[in-house]
Amino acid sequence: MNAVATVNASGLSCPQPVILTRQALRDHPHGEIVVLVDSATSRDNVRRLAEREGCSVVIEEAPSGGFRLLLSR
Amino acid sequence: MKWLDRVLVSRYGPVIAGLVVGIIAPVLVRLGNPGNMGVCVACFTRDIAGALGLHRAAVVQYMRPEIIGFVLGSMVAALVHREWRPSGGSSPLIRFFLGLFSSIGALVFLGCPWRAYLRLGGGDWNALPGIAGLVIGIAIGVFFLTRGYSLGRSRPASKASGLLMPLTMALFLLLLVVAPQFQRTAEGDPAGPIFFSASGPGSMAAPIVISLAAGLLIGYVAQRTRFCTVGAFRDVLLIRDAHLLRGVVALVVAAFATNLALGQFQPGFAEQPVAHTNALWNLGGMVLAGLAFTLAGGCPGRQVFMSGEGDSDAAIFVLGMIVGAAVAHNLNLASSAAGPTPYGPVAVVVGILFCVGLGLTTRVDSGNVTIGG
Repeated sequence: MNAVATVNASGLSCPQPVILTRQALRDHPHGEIVVLVDSATSRDNVRRLAEREGCSVVIEEAPSGGFRLLLSR
Repeated sequence: MKWLDRVLVSRYGPVIAGLVVGIIAPVLVRLGNPGNMGVCVACFTRDIAGALGLHRAAVVQYMRPEIIGFVLGSMVAALVHREWRPSGGSSPLIRFFLGLFSSIGALVFLGCPWRAYLRLGGGDWNALPGIAGLVIGIAIGVFFLTRGYSLGRSRPASKASGLLMPLTMALFLLLLVVAPQFQRTAEGDPAGPIFFSASGPGSMAAPIVISLAAGLLIGYVAQRTRFCTVGAFRDVLLIRDAHLLRGVVALVVAAFATNLALGQFQPGFAEQPVAHTNALWNLGGMVLAGLAFTLAGGCPGRQVFMSGEGDSDAAIFVLGMIVGAAVAHNLNLASSAAGPTPYGPVAVVVGILFCVGLGLTTRVDSGNVTIGG
Protein backbone atom coordinates (compact mmCIF):
# COMPACT_ATOMS: atom_id res chain seq x y z
CA MET A 1 0.00 0.00 0.00
CA ASN A 2 1.90 3.04 -1.23
CA ALA A 3 -0.97 5.49 -1.63
CA VAL A 4 -0.21 8.97 -0.33
CA ALA A 5 -3.81 9.73 0.64
CA THR A 6 -7.18 8.04 1.02
CA VAL A 7 -10.38 9.97 0.30
CA ASN A 8 -13.42 8.47 1.99
CA ALA A 9 -16.32 9.80 -0.07
CA SER A 10 -18.77 7.03 0.85
CA GLY A 11 -22.30 8.26 1.37
CA LEU A 12 -21.63 11.83 0.22
CA SER A 13 -24.02 13.48 -2.27
CA CYS A 14 -23.01 14.71 -5.71
CA PRO A 15 -20.66 16.44 -6.36
CA GLN A 16 -18.74 16.12 -3.09
CA PRO A 17 -16.81 12.94 -4.03
CA VAL A 18 -15.52 14.76 -7.11
CA ILE A 19 -14.61 17.92 -5.15
CA LEU A 20 -12.73 15.94 -2.48
CA THR A 21 -10.89 13.89 -5.11
CA ARG A 22 -9.85 16.98 -7.04
CA GLN A 23 -8.60 18.60 -3.84
CA ALA A 24 -6.61 15.48 -2.92
CA LEU A 25 -5.03 15.40 -6.38
CA ARG A 26 -3.99 19.04 -5.93
CA ASP A 27 -2.72 18.57 -2.38
CA HIS A 28 -0.70 15.50 -3.36
CA PRO A 29 0.79 16.14 -6.79
CA HIS A 30 2.72 12.86 -6.73
CA GLY A 31 1.83 9.32 -5.75
CA GLU A 32 -1.27 7.19 -5.78
CA ILE A 33 -4.55 8.21 -4.23
CA VAL A 34 -7.29 5.87 -3.04
CA VAL A 35 -10.92 7.00 -3.23
CA LEU A 36 -13.72 5.09 -1.50
CA VAL A 37 -17.28 5.56 -2.80
CA ASP A 38 -20.48 3.60 -2.27
CA SER A 39 -22.48 4.25 -5.45
CA ALA A 40 -21.96 3.51 -9.12
CA THR A 41 -22.72 7.15 -9.94
CA SER A 42 -19.93 8.44 -7.67
CA ARG A 43 -17.59 5.73 -9.01
CA ASP A 44 -18.19 6.91 -12.59
CA ASN A 45 -17.95 10.60 -11.69
CA VAL A 46 -14.66 10.18 -9.83
CA ARG A 47 -13.24 8.00 -12.60
CA ARG A 48 -14.20 10.59 -15.25
CA LEU A 49 -12.54 13.38 -13.26
CA ALA A 50 -9.39 11.38 -12.55
CA GLU A 51 -8.96 10.36 -16.18
CA ARG A 52 -9.35 13.96 -17.27
CA GLU A 53 -6.67 14.91 -14.75
CA GLY A 54 -4.35 12.40 -16.41
CA CYS A 55 -4.66 9.53 -13.93
CA SER A 56 -5.04 5.87 -14.68
CA VAL A 57 -7.82 4.35 -12.58
CA VAL A 58 -8.15 0.83 -11.20
CA ILE A 59 -11.52 -0.01 -9.64
CA GLU A 60 -12.17 -2.78 -7.15
CA GLU A 61 -15.62 -3.71 -5.90
CA ALA A 62 -15.61 -4.08 -2.14
CA PRO A 63 -17.22 -7.29 -0.84
CA SER A 64 -19.40 -5.23 1.51
CA GLY A 65 -20.64 -3.08 -1.38
CA GLY A 66 -19.10 0.13 -2.61
CA PHE A 67 -15.97 0.69 -4.65
CA ARG A 68 -12.29 1.38 -4.09
CA LEU A 69 -10.64 3.46 -6.81
CA LEU A 70 -6.86 3.57 -7.12
CA LEU A 71 -5.72 6.71 -8.94
CA SER A 72 -2.15 6.59 -10.32
CA ARG A 73 -0.19 9.25 -12.20
CA MET B 1 -28.50 -5.50 -25.25
CA LYS B 2 -25.17 -5.06 -23.50
CA TRP B 3 -23.97 -2.66 -26.19
CA LEU B 4 -26.99 -0.46 -25.54
CA ASP B 5 -26.23 -0.25 -21.83
CA ARG B 6 -22.60 0.52 -22.61
CA VAL B 7 -23.77 3.52 -24.65
CA LEU B 8 -26.19 4.63 -21.92
CA VAL B 9 -23.53 4.60 -19.21
CA SER B 10 -20.93 6.25 -21.46
CA ARG B 11 -20.30 9.98 -21.42
CA TYR B 12 -22.79 10.29 -24.29
CA GLY B 13 -25.58 8.71 -22.22
CA PRO B 14 -27.04 12.05 -21.06
CA VAL B 15 -27.42 13.10 -24.71
CA ILE B 16 -29.57 10.03 -25.33
CA ALA B 17 -31.62 10.78 -22.21
CA GLY B 18 -32.06 14.38 -23.38
CA LEU B 19 -33.22 13.21 -26.81
CA VAL B 20 -35.67 10.72 -25.27
CA VAL B 21 -37.20 13.36 -22.97
CA GLY B 22 -37.13 16.04 -25.70
CA ILE B 23 -39.05 13.81 -28.13
CA ILE B 24 -41.46 12.16 -25.69
CA ALA B 25 -42.55 15.32 -23.86
CA PRO B 26 -44.03 17.20 -26.84
CA VAL B 27 -45.72 13.96 -27.96
CA LEU B 28 -47.37 13.71 -24.53
CA VAL B 29 -48.57 17.29 -25.01
CA ARG B 30 -50.03 16.29 -28.36
CA LEU B 31 -51.77 13.36 -26.64
CA GLY B 32 -53.35 15.55 -23.98
CA ASN B 33 -50.86 16.89 -21.42
CA PRO B 34 -50.87 20.69 -20.80
CA GLY B 35 -48.84 22.92 -23.13
CA ASN B 36 -45.04 22.62 -22.82
CA MET B 37 -45.75 20.29 -19.90
CA GLY B 38 -45.14 16.87 -21.40
CA VAL B 39 -43.18 16.15 -18.26
CA CYS B 40 -42.53 18.50 -15.34
CA VAL B 41 -41.49 17.25 -11.95
CA ALA B 42 -42.62 20.40 -10.11
CA CYS B 43 -45.99 20.68 -11.88
CA PHE B 44 -46.65 16.96 -11.66
CA THR B 45 -45.78 16.63 -7.96
CA ARG B 46 -48.08 19.64 -7.49
CA ASP B 47 -50.84 17.79 -9.38
CA ILE B 48 -50.19 14.70 -7.22
CA ALA B 49 -50.47 16.85 -4.07
CA GLY B 50 -53.82 17.99 -5.43
CA ALA B 51 -54.91 14.45 -6.32
CA LEU B 52 -54.23 13.47 -2.71
CA GLY B 53 -56.26 16.43 -1.44
CA LEU B 54 -53.25 18.09 0.21
CA HIS B 55 -54.32 21.26 -1.56
CA ARG B 56 -57.75 21.99 -3.02
CA ALA B 57 -56.80 24.10 -6.06
CA ALA B 58 -59.43 22.44 -8.24
CA VAL B 59 -57.60 23.06 -11.53
CA VAL B 60 -54.38 21.20 -10.63
CA GLN B 61 -55.39 17.81 -9.24
CA TYR B 62 -54.27 14.67 -11.08
CA MET B 63 -52.29 11.58 -10.12
CA ARG B 64 -49.66 11.95 -12.85
CA PRO B 65 -48.58 8.51 -14.07
CA GLU B 66 -45.33 9.93 -15.46
CA ILE B 67 -43.93 10.47 -11.94
CA ILE B 68 -45.03 6.96 -10.88
CA GLY B 69 -43.26 5.63 -13.99
CA PHE B 70 -40.11 7.63 -13.20
CA VAL B 71 -39.73 5.95 -9.80
CA LEU B 72 -40.64 2.45 -10.97
CA GLY B 73 -38.61 2.66 -14.21
CA SER B 74 -35.56 3.81 -12.28
CA MET B 75 -36.07 1.02 -9.76
CA VAL B 76 -36.23 -1.61 -12.52
CA ALA B 77 -33.03 -0.24 -14.11
CA ALA B 78 -31.25 -0.23 -10.75
CA LEU B 79 -32.39 -3.78 -9.94
CA VAL B 80 -31.43 -5.15 -13.35
CA HIS B 81 -27.96 -3.62 -13.13
CA ARG B 82 -27.35 -4.43 -9.45
CA GLU B 83 -27.39 -0.75 -8.45
CA TRP B 84 -30.48 -0.86 -6.24
CA ARG B 85 -29.10 0.13 -2.89
CA PRO B 86 -31.27 1.22 0.06
CA SER B 87 -29.59 4.12 1.84
CA GLY B 88 -30.43 7.16 3.91
CA GLY B 89 -29.59 9.27 6.91
CA SER B 90 -27.92 12.30 5.32
CA SER B 91 -29.76 15.20 6.98
CA PRO B 92 -33.27 14.05 6.00
CA LEU B 93 -35.08 16.98 7.64
CA ILE B 94 -32.92 19.54 5.81
CA ARG B 95 -33.59 17.70 2.55
CA PHE B 96 -37.33 17.85 3.23
CA PHE B 97 -37.17 21.63 3.56
CA LEU B 98 -34.93 21.95 0.48
CA GLY B 99 -37.58 20.01 -1.43
CA LEU B 100 -40.31 22.20 0.01
CA PHE B 101 -38.63 25.49 -0.89
CA SER B 102 -37.48 24.26 -4.31
CA SER B 103 -41.10 23.48 -5.13
CA ILE B 104 -42.25 26.94 -4.07
CA GLY B 105 -39.53 28.54 -6.22
CA ALA B 106 -40.41 26.37 -9.19
CA LEU B 107 -44.12 27.15 -8.84
CA VAL B 108 -43.44 30.90 -8.80
CA PHE B 109 -41.70 30.35 -12.16
CA LEU B 110 -44.22 27.63 -13.16
CA GLY B 111 -41.97 24.71 -13.88
CA CYS B 112 -38.99 22.63 -12.86
CA PRO B 113 -35.71 22.83 -14.82
CA TRP B 114 -37.01 20.16 -17.21
CA ARG B 115 -40.05 22.26 -18.01
CA ALA B 116 -37.90 25.39 -18.31
CA TYR B 117 -35.98 23.66 -21.11
CA LEU B 118 -39.19 22.23 -22.62
CA ARG B 119 -40.76 25.70 -22.58
CA LEU B 120 -37.70 27.04 -24.37
CA GLY B 121 -38.01 24.24 -26.94
CA GLY B 122 -41.65 25.21 -27.43
CA GLY B 123 -40.83 28.87 -28.10
CA ASP B 124 -41.84 30.23 -24.68
CA TRP B 125 -39.18 32.91 -24.23
CA ASN B 126 -40.28 33.49 -20.62
CA ALA B 127 -38.20 30.39 -19.94
CA LEU B 128 -35.03 32.43 -20.60
CA PRO B 129 -35.11 34.48 -17.36
CA GLY B 130 -36.09 31.26 -15.58
CA ILE B 131 -33.04 29.44 -16.92
CA ALA B 132 -30.86 32.45 -16.10
CA GLY B 133 -32.19 32.30 -12.53
CA LEU B 134 -31.54 28.57 -12.43
CA VAL B 135 -27.90 29.09 -13.43
CA ILE B 136 -27.50 31.86 -10.82
CA GLY B 137 -28.97 29.58 -8.14
CA ILE B 138 -26.66 26.74 -9.18
CA ALA B 139 -23.66 29.11 -9.14
CA ILE B 140 -24.48 30.17 -5.57
CA GLY B 141 -24.77 26.50 -4.62
CA VAL B 142 -21.41 25.74 -6.25
CA PHE B 143 -19.85 28.55 -4.21
CA PHE B 144 -21.06 26.88 -0.99
CA LEU B 145 -19.97 23.43 -2.20
CA THR B 146 -16.43 24.62 -2.87
CA ARG B 147 -16.32 26.09 0.64
CA GLY B 148 -17.10 22.70 2.16
CA TYR B 149 -20.90 22.65 2.33
CA SER B 150 -22.15 19.12 3.01
CA LEU B 151 -25.25 17.41 4.38
CA GLY B 152 -23.08 14.58 5.68
CA ARG B 153 -22.97 10.91 4.80
CA SER B 154 -25.79 8.55 4.06
CA ARG B 155 -25.53 4.98 5.24
CA PRO B 156 -26.88 1.66 3.99
CA ALA B 157 -30.49 1.18 5.06
CA SER B 158 -33.00 -1.64 5.26
CA LYS B 159 -34.75 -3.02 2.19
CA ALA B 160 -38.02 -1.75 3.62
CA SER B 161 -36.62 1.79 3.58
CA GLY B 162 -35.65 1.47 -0.09
CA LEU B 163 -38.95 -0.15 -1.09
CA LEU B 164 -41.23 2.38 0.58
CA MET B 165 -41.17 5.01 -2.18
CA PRO B 166 -41.71 2.54 -5.07
CA LEU B 167 -44.51 0.87 -3.09
CA THR B 168 -46.09 4.26 -2.42
CA MET B 169 -46.00 4.93 -6.17
CA ALA B 170 -47.59 1.54 -6.85
CA LEU B 171 -50.34 2.50 -4.39
CA PHE B 172 -50.77 5.84 -6.18
CA LEU B 173 -51.17 3.95 -9.46
CA LEU B 174 -53.82 1.75 -7.89
CA LEU B 175 -55.62 4.85 -6.60
CA LEU B 176 -55.51 6.36 -10.09
CA VAL B 177 -56.86 3.26 -11.83
CA VAL B 178 -59.50 2.29 -9.26
CA ALA B 179 -60.36 5.91 -8.38
CA PRO B 180 -62.42 5.04 -5.29
CA GLN B 181 -64.68 7.69 -3.75
CA PHE B 182 -65.25 6.86 -0.10
CA GLN B 183 -67.31 9.90 0.71
CA ARG B 184 -68.92 13.01 -0.69
CA THR B 185 -69.48 16.50 0.66
CA ALA B 186 -72.96 17.79 1.47
CA GLU B 187 -72.97 19.36 -2.01
CA GLY B 188 -72.28 15.96 -3.54
CA ASP B 189 -68.68 16.73 -4.55
CA PRO B 190 -66.07 13.98 -4.22
CA ALA B 191 -64.19 14.18 -0.92
CA GLY B 192 -61.40 11.71 -1.48
CA PRO B 193 -59.29 9.75 -1.20
CA ILE B 194 -58.39 10.87 -4.73
CA PHE B 195 -59.26 14.10 -6.51
CA PHE B 196 -59.43 14.82 -10.24
CA SER B 197 -59.60 18.25 -11.87
CA ALA B 198 -62.67 18.79 -14.03
CA SER B 199 -61.06 21.78 -15.77
CA GLY B 200 -57.67 23.51 -16.04
CA PRO B 201 -54.22 21.94 -16.45
CA GLY B 202 -55.07 19.12 -14.04
CA SER B 203 -57.80 17.93 -16.40
CA MET B 204 -55.40 17.77 -19.35
CA ALA B 205 -53.67 14.43 -19.61
CA ALA B 206 -52.46 11.87 -22.10
CA PRO B 207 -53.97 8.37 -21.72
CA ILE B 208 -52.81 6.69 -18.50
CA VAL B 209 -51.12 3.73 -20.23
CA ILE B 210 -49.09 6.01 -22.51
CA SER B 211 -48.11 8.38 -19.69
CA LEU B 212 -47.06 5.45 -17.52
CA ALA B 213 -45.07 3.83 -20.34
CA ALA B 214 -43.35 7.15 -21.09
CA GLY B 215 -42.51 7.56 -17.40
CA LEU B 216 -41.12 4.02 -17.17
CA LEU B 217 -38.94 4.51 -20.25
CA ILE B 218 -37.62 7.89 -19.09
CA GLY B 219 -37.05 6.52 -15.57
CA TYR B 220 -35.06 3.59 -16.94
CA VAL B 221 -32.94 5.70 -19.30
CA ALA B 222 -32.36 8.44 -16.71
CA GLN B 223 -31.21 5.94 -14.08
CA ARG B 224 -28.67 4.45 -16.49
CA THR B 225 -27.39 7.78 -17.82
CA ARG B 226 -27.51 9.74 -14.48
CA PHE B 227 -29.28 12.49 -16.45
CA CYS B 228 -29.35 15.62 -14.26
CA THR B 229 -30.41 19.05 -15.43
CA VAL B 230 -28.84 20.83 -12.45
CA GLY B 231 -25.61 18.83 -12.46
CA ALA B 232 -25.38 19.97 -16.10
CA PHE B 233 -24.49 23.55 -15.17
CA ARG B 234 -22.95 22.65 -11.81
CA ASP B 235 -20.30 20.40 -13.38
CA VAL B 236 -19.41 23.01 -16.00
CA LEU B 237 -18.96 25.67 -13.31
CA LEU B 238 -17.19 23.37 -10.88
CA ILE B 239 -14.98 21.07 -12.97
CA ARG B 240 -15.43 22.26 -16.58
CA ASP B 241 -17.17 18.98 -17.45
CA ALA B 242 -19.92 19.47 -20.05
CA HIS B 243 -21.10 15.89 -20.53
CA LEU B 244 -24.35 16.45 -18.58
CA LEU B 245 -24.88 19.84 -20.20
CA ARG B 246 -24.83 18.18 -23.62
CA GLY B 247 -27.85 16.19 -22.41
CA VAL B 248 -29.73 19.42 -21.66
CA VAL B 249 -28.80 20.86 -25.07
CA ALA B 250 -30.02 17.63 -26.70
CA LEU B 251 -33.30 17.96 -24.77
CA VAL B 252 -33.91 21.52 -25.97
CA VAL B 253 -32.99 20.72 -29.58
CA ALA B 254 -35.14 17.55 -29.63
CA ALA B 255 -38.08 19.36 -28.04
CA PHE B 256 -37.75 22.21 -30.56
CA ALA B 257 -37.67 19.80 -33.52
CA THR B 258 -40.54 17.67 -32.20
CA ASN B 259 -42.68 20.73 -31.44
CA LEU B 260 -41.97 22.05 -34.92
CA ALA B 261 -42.93 18.72 -36.49
CA LEU B 262 -46.16 18.59 -34.48
CA GLY B 263 -47.05 22.21 -35.20
CA GLN B 264 -46.70 23.10 -31.52
CA PHE B 265 -43.81 25.59 -31.78
CA GLN B 266 -45.21 29.03 -30.92
CA PRO B 267 -42.46 31.59 -30.32
CA GLY B 268 -43.14 34.61 -28.14
CA PHE B 269 -43.63 35.91 -24.63
CA ALA B 270 -47.39 36.46 -24.42
CA GLU B 271 -50.16 33.86 -24.29
CA GLN B 272 -47.83 30.96 -23.55
CA PRO B 273 -49.44 27.90 -21.91
CA VAL B 274 -49.26 27.74 -18.10
CA ALA B 275 -46.75 30.60 -17.96
CA HIS B 276 -46.55 34.26 -16.98
CA THR B 277 -44.46 37.13 -18.35
CA ASN B 278 -43.00 38.59 -15.13
CA ALA B 279 -39.29 38.24 -15.92
CA LEU B 280 -38.10 39.28 -12.44
CA TRP B 281 -39.97 36.50 -10.63
CA ASN B 282 -39.46 33.96 -13.38
CA LEU B 283 -35.81 34.56 -12.57
CA GLY B 284 -36.22 34.86 -8.80
CA GLY B 285 -38.26 31.69 -8.43
CA MET B 286 -35.64 29.70 -10.29
CA VAL B 287 -32.74 31.21 -8.30
CA LEU B 288 -34.36 29.61 -5.25
CA ALA B 289 -35.10 26.34 -7.04
CA GLY B 290 -31.62 26.07 -8.57
CA LEU B 291 -29.94 26.79 -5.24
CA ALA B 292 -32.10 24.28 -3.36
CA PHE B 293 -31.54 21.56 -5.97
CA THR B 294 -27.79 22.14 -5.91
CA LEU B 295 -27.65 21.97 -2.12
CA ALA B 296 -29.61 18.69 -2.27
CA GLY B 297 -27.27 17.17 -4.89
CA GLY B 298 -29.40 17.11 -8.03
CA CYS B 299 -32.38 18.28 -10.06
CA PRO B 300 -35.90 17.19 -9.09
CA GLY B 301 -35.97 14.55 -11.80
CA ARG B 302 -32.74 13.11 -10.46
CA GLN B 303 -34.18 13.11 -6.92
CA VAL B 304 -37.18 11.13 -8.18
CA PHE B 305 -34.93 8.62 -9.95
CA MET B 306 -32.65 8.24 -6.92
CA SER B 307 -35.73 7.57 -4.78
CA GLY B 308 -36.37 4.63 -7.12
CA GLU B 309 -32.78 3.44 -6.57
CA GLY B 310 -33.53 3.10 -2.85
CA ASP B 311 -32.19 6.47 -1.70
CA SER B 312 -34.58 7.48 1.09
CA ASP B 313 -32.92 10.91 1.41
CA ALA B 314 -33.94 11.65 -2.17
CA ALA B 315 -37.41 10.25 -1.41
CA ILE B 316 -37.74 12.68 1.48
CA PHE B 317 -36.75 15.52 -0.85
CA VAL B 318 -39.55 14.44 -3.22
CA LEU B 319 -42.04 14.29 -0.34
CA GLY B 320 -40.85 17.80 0.58
CA MET B 321 -41.65 18.87 -2.97
CA ILE B 322 -45.18 17.42 -2.72
CA VAL B 323 -45.78 19.19 0.60
CA GLY B 324 -44.13 22.37 -0.76
CA ALA B 325 -46.54 22.32 -3.70
CA ALA B 326 -49.46 21.95 -1.29
CA VAL B 327 -48.14 24.88 0.78
CA ALA B 328 -47.66 26.93 -2.40
CA HIS B 329 -51.30 26.50 -3.37
CA ASN B 330 -52.83 26.63 0.10
CA LEU B 331 -51.00 29.90 0.91
CA ASN B 332 -51.49 31.38 -2.57
CA LEU B 333 -47.77 31.45 -3.35
CA ALA B 334 -47.89 29.71 -6.74
CA SER B 335 -48.08 31.96 -9.79
CA SER B 336 -50.80 31.76 -12.41
CA ALA B 337 -51.00 32.89 -16.03
CA ALA B 338 -51.80 36.35 -14.59
CA GLY B 339 -48.38 36.47 -12.91
CA PRO B 340 -46.94 36.00 -9.45
CA THR B 341 -49.19 36.47 -6.42
CA PRO B 342 -48.33 39.16 -3.83
CA TYR B 343 -47.01 36.42 -1.52
CA GLY B 344 -44.99 34.23 -3.89
CA PRO B 345 -42.00 36.60 -4.08
CA VAL B 346 -41.95 36.91 -0.27
CA ALA B 347 -41.78 33.13 0.03
CA VAL B 348 -38.98 33.06 -2.56
CA VAL B 349 -36.93 35.53 -0.50
CA VAL B 350 -37.56 33.49 2.66
CA GLY B 351 -36.49 30.35 0.81
CA ILE B 352 -33.31 31.95 -0.50
CA LEU B 353 -32.44 33.16 3.01
CA PHE B 354 -33.00 29.61 4.29
CA CYS B 355 -30.72 28.15 1.62
CA VAL B 356 -27.99 30.78 2.10
CA GLY B 357 -28.05 30.21 5.87
CA LEU B 358 -27.73 26.50 5.23
CA GLY B 359 -24.93 27.00 2.73
CA LEU B 360 -22.97 29.14 5.16
CA THR B 361 -23.38 26.96 8.23
CA THR B 362 -23.61 23.33 7.11
CA ARG B 363 -20.11 21.89 6.90
CA VAL B 364 -18.57 18.58 6.04
CA ASP B 365 -17.58 16.23 8.86
CA SER B 366 -13.87 15.66 9.38
CA GLY B 367 -12.15 12.47 8.30
CA ASN B 368 -12.78 12.66 4.57
CA VAL B 369 -9.11 12.49 3.69
CA THR B 370 -6.48 10.51 5.54
CA ILE B 371 -2.80 10.41 4.71
CA GLY B 372 -1.61 7.13 3.28
CA GLY B 373 -3.46 4.11 1.96
